Amino acid sequence: MTSRHDKIASHLAHVPRSGIRDFFELVETRRDVLSLGIGEPDFVTPWRIRDAAIYALDHGATSYTGNLGLLSLRREISRYVEAAFDIAYDPRTEVLVTVGVSEAFDLAIRALISPGDEVIYHEPCYVSYGPVVTFAHGIPVPISTRREDDFRLTAEAIEAAVTDRSRVLVLNFPTNPTGATLDRADLQAIAEVAQRHDLIVIADEIYSELTYDGARGSIAALDGMRERTIFLHGLSKAWAMTGFRIGYACAPPEFTEAMMKIHQYTMLCAPILSQMAAREALAHTDSLVGGMKSDYEKRRNLMHAALSEMGLPCRKPRGAFYMFPYVGDTGLNSQAFCMQLLEAENVACVPGTAFGACGEGHIRCSYAADMECIKEAMQRIARFVAQIGA
Amino acid sequence: MDALLKALKENALETPANLARMLDLSEDEVRKRIDDYEKQGVIRGYHAIVNEDQLAVSDVTAVIEVKVTPERDGGFDRIAQRISRFDEVQDLYLVSGAYDLLIFLKGDNLKDVAAFVSEKLSTLDHVTSTTTHFMLKTFKERGVLMAVADDHERLAISP
Repeated sequence: MTSRHDKIASHLAHVPRSGIRDFFELVETRRDVLSLGIGEPDFVTPWRIRDAAIYALDHGATSYTGNLGLLSLRREISRYVEAAFDIAYDPRTEVLVTVGVSEAFDLAIRALISPGDEVIYHEPCYVSYGPVVTFAHGIPVPISTRREDDFRLTAEAIEAAVTDRSRVLVLNFPTNPTGATLDRADLQAIAEVAQRHDLIVIADEIYSELTYDGARGSIAALDGMRERTIFLHGLSKAWAMTGFRIGYACAPPEFTEAMMKIHQYTMLCAPILSQMAAREALAHTDSLVGGMKSDYEKRRNLMHAALSEMGLPCRKPRGAFYMFPYVGDTGLNSQAFCMQLLEAENVACVPGTAFGACGEGHIRCSYAADMECIKEAMQRIARFVAQIGA
Repeated sequence: MDALLKALKENALETPANLARMLDLSEDEVRKRIDDYEKQGVIRGYHAIVNEDQLAVSDVTAVIEVKVTPERDGGFDRIAQRISRFDEVQDLYLVSGAYDLLIFLKGDNLKDVAAFVSEKLSTLDHVTSTTTHFMLKTFKERGVLMAVADDHERLAISP
């Protein structure tokens, strides 16, 4: 037998491990780390939602559901998306419940991409976009976004990246890890490029509820875009339900059917308990999400003020729960800054390069951590910055 | 409610400097507004939430439902204000339903409470009946859980 390495599919073997995993393993070896490295809410899922899951379990909800997901949940999703984003989807044919947005993204890519097709997305970005495209034998085409542009994606940059193999454009605003948002004019310009080049847009709206200072809206709601957009969303972030693993895709029936084909043979369905909890969560969004959002906003303001005071340049993000300060002026690169900060002060942040090469010079600080942790971490980072500057 | 008041209700010990950062105000503005709220009587005080079940505290808390005949002029106000002046009365609310006033009363012991009810409360004109409950255990007080905690550990780093 040749070596076992040679048995691994070649397109998979060339995908590097997530940079975030390396850093995670290093942090794991230490005790009492103050972590700003967490990409999930520090809030426990609100009790009302947990109670619904317990009730469902009590009443014997332990079976499969239909492949698309519970119709009652799909109705609730359809109602919610129309109320919040002003886009109407038919719960019978245009809504698919998935295991997190991660699965929904994989399904969307596999449903749309033939080998060699190009997928355009913006970096720094969530760690899975590029690899998932590669697993589908597509070609990832990342566009670097820049600090000078507040990490916004411009229509011109997309235009420059389009080739005759371009099939899909991925948008994730608010963005993990930068917190960047787009306003309506940005989205309008991008929509025109998508229409001109017949691109399908995958809109990952996972952080949509967590927008501050009025930034909100999906490209799918713009004229002519509903028919060419796969709208992805889920309950993990705003509803603090990461462990429930519930996402969903809304799209015209042909796209939904194509994604469902893959989903039915691989995942079958999302867990029923999680689906029932999600139904409760969506039905009571305003009361459940509002309090957490206002806490995030206060933490964002405090973290932004603290980073500015210690001299780390940082735009004030209008979405998600991440701050992406520039640390290049300290003379350290992202990785070195994070390693030395961990070593000196026991504070964990994530190197910007984990989210794409253009994240170099930045670190991701999550403010989905409790206020006391953020205050203490800011003091320690300030001390560290002062020390390496001296 | 104003964001500053909300933040103070969550943590009255928060420093004006941090409140200013959280709410995007200047520190002077925060100090001035707190001062104004205190002068206007909007802010009446600052208290710690103490889990007395963890301490060897022997005093007792009673919850007393009181039925009152309202007065022709002034309704419940005069009688409620009169009762609220007793030091033993911690909280007093006018409520709708089967009774009129709800009192949270602190006493050194059971006898103390019984004496208050029979000598001070029941003897007031207009008080027609009282029902006294003794508090046994606190599970949640002013939004803070006392008897359970969510202690699941999260990953230190996640994407």
